[in-house]
Amino acid sequence: MKLTELPDARGHFGPYGGVFVAETLMAPIEELRLAYERYMRDPDFLAELDADLQHYVGRPSPIYHAERLSRELGGAQIYLKREDLNHTGAHKVNNTIGQALLARRMGKTRIIAETGAGQHGVATATVAARLGLECVIYMGEVDAARQEANVYRMRLLGAEVRTVSSGSKTLKDALNEAMRDWVANVDNTFYIIGTVAGPHPYPVMVRDFQAVIGREACEQIQAMTGRLPDALIACVGGGSNAIGLFYPFLGDEQIAIYGVEAAGDGLETGRHAAPLCAGRPGVLHGNRTYLMEDVDGQIIETHSISAGLDYPGVGPEHAWLKDSGRAQYVTITDEEALQGFHRLTRTEGIIPALESSHAIAQSIKLAPQMTSDAILLVNLSGRGDKDMHTVAAFEGLKL
Amino acid sequence: MSRIENCFMALRTQGRTALIPFITAGDPGKEDTVPLMHTLVAQGADILELGVPFSDPMADGPVIQRASERALAHHTSLHDVLEMVRTFRETDADTPVVLMGYLNPIEVMGYQAFAEAAAKAGIDGVLTVDIPPEEGEELLAALRVRHIDPIYLLAPTSTPERIRSLTASASGFVYYVSLKGVTGAGNLDLDAVRAKLGEIRAVTGLPVGVGFGIKDAATARAMSEIADAVVVGSAIVSLVERHADDPEAIRKAIGRLVGEMRQAMDTE
Repeated sequence: MKLTELPDARGHFGPYGGVFVAETLMAPIEELRLAYERYMRDPDFLAELDADLQHYVGRPSPIYHAERLSRELGGAQIYLKREDLNHTGAHKVNNTIGQALLARRMGKTRIIAETGAGQHGVATATVAARLGLECVIYMGEVDAARQEANVYRMRLLGAEVRTVSSGSKTLKDALNEAMRDWVANVDNTFYIIGTVAGPHPYPVMVRDFQAVIGREACEQIQAMTGRLPDALIACVGGGSNAIGLFYPFLGDEQIAIYGVEAAGDGLETGRHAAPLCAGRPGVLHGNRTYLMEDVDGQIIETHSISAGLDYPGVGPEHAWLKDSGRAQYVTITDEEALQGFHRLTRTEGIIPALESSHAIAQSIKLAPQMTSDAILLVNLSGRGDKDMHTVAAFEGLKL
Repeated sequence: MSRIENCFMALRTQGRTALIPFITAGDPGKEDTVPLMHTLVAQGADILELGVPFSDPMADGPVIQRASERALAHHTSLHDVLEMVRTFRETDADTPVVLMGYLNPIEVMGYQAFAEAAAKAGIDGVLTVDIPPEEGEELLAALRVRHIDPIYLLAPTSTPERIRSLTASASGFVYYVSLKGVTGAGNLDLDAVRAKLGEIRAVTGLPVGVGFGIKDAATARAMSEIADAVVVGSAIVSLVERHADDPEAIRKAIGRLVGEMRQAMDTE
């Protein structure tokens, strides 16, 4: 079976994906799967989605030739897919608008979501406000404390932010809590998952909503340069911006694909968030995929300077792309990501999110090894405004 | 015939309902679990349900989640849990023991290795919360070969079709839970439970346990009139939490609760 034809009917990408949930969740997941399969073929729904992507999100996002950066590096030409220019400042909204429109079609009046750094929470609260839906966001207590501005932003948008004090008090615990809410309130509630993980149909549904990134980029790069890129680069936490860029290119085997995981303090320290590069397969949050776990199968805490990459699992399609060899997964440390952050900011006047800075850092490593007529297409998944405090703190400044 | 089947058959002839208390293995300490298991049996438990701690217990409520956290604070592993059951079996050859937990620790151990170790330790049933039968053929086969009963959850939202496919894969008993989804939540609506039990029994001859909303002797008795087994989790684990620094007080408190439930359930 071709890579682009996955997953199978039950959501499997090779041995990964699937539906690993308690019986209490089977009915809501089945209801969602049927609705997703129906509306993704409904021209009326797709037209509504397209209109919102154009007029509300601001799509298509441009691609931009980072000429100064490319010249300095002395190798491949670097092109950036500008998801940072979307409404709310990142790719996340492509998915939340899709799922919220689906929720409305299903007659749901209440939206819930989990969030780590708050980006997915803000993108969800935004579309809930736009559609007049009640919205509850679950956020780990630790994350809420380090992302106060986003908590305030969500509240401004009318969402209720519930902090979660169980477990490690971070993203994975927020996800557990959101699942519980969903089970208890399934009649009127739609759960918007922010990445390509979770039980089927979430990984494929979120991919389909994010694939607009790659579809646009494929046309744009050809219009601009007359050909397809030689390599794609995107950062991978759960992996939604990456799969969004990669998916439409999977069939073009000559295009190299690089997913960049967070090496945190370095893989050798154990303080990282790189399940594909340093974890092993297991089952968490409804799907089989690569995980960060201890010898007993307990999920361990992750670390990255970028909160959006700080997750112990990864989308099952990435697990399969890794095993099949179609994509290569590499890592970038906190320090390298920060260098990438500064370099793009100073050479191009574009401040990238710390997540996206991992992809930028990988392009800085890769470009000099390529010829100057080669093309590197990098997903600039979000803007860095949200990271001012983190970057300043790293440099010993307080804003 | 499995220990679980035997147990339900004996209860049926006596006209009694099974009492199944739940504790999390390793909560509050590893050394506390086996004595607590014996206490529960002495006070009238028919079957023991032993929680295997997991870092991300998605289908459990806050009480059971905190029990997992206490047990994981000193790294209670699946290996440790199997060892506890093996020790328990040295002095109790009859009381069925069911493990309840999540798939990932079993994945790490390997299905065959787990099933073999579980059988050797004297485990009778395994309820893996997050592996529906569609994903679980290999694990099911590994358990069945070693005569371990796969136990499944049923929910208020389980359709008749789904109940049929779940009970076709299950043996021993099935476990009906509340939609409040997570253990430890919700109030008891006996009429709704009775109606759903009717639906379940129309499909399967397996005994049906009910596992939510049972807080005390009165609720245990009320449920025992309509269910084949009464599963008590959060009410017991709350007592473990309250006395976490005093194992003797835990034994007394949960012994008293289970004893009262037993008495109320057996009163004509």
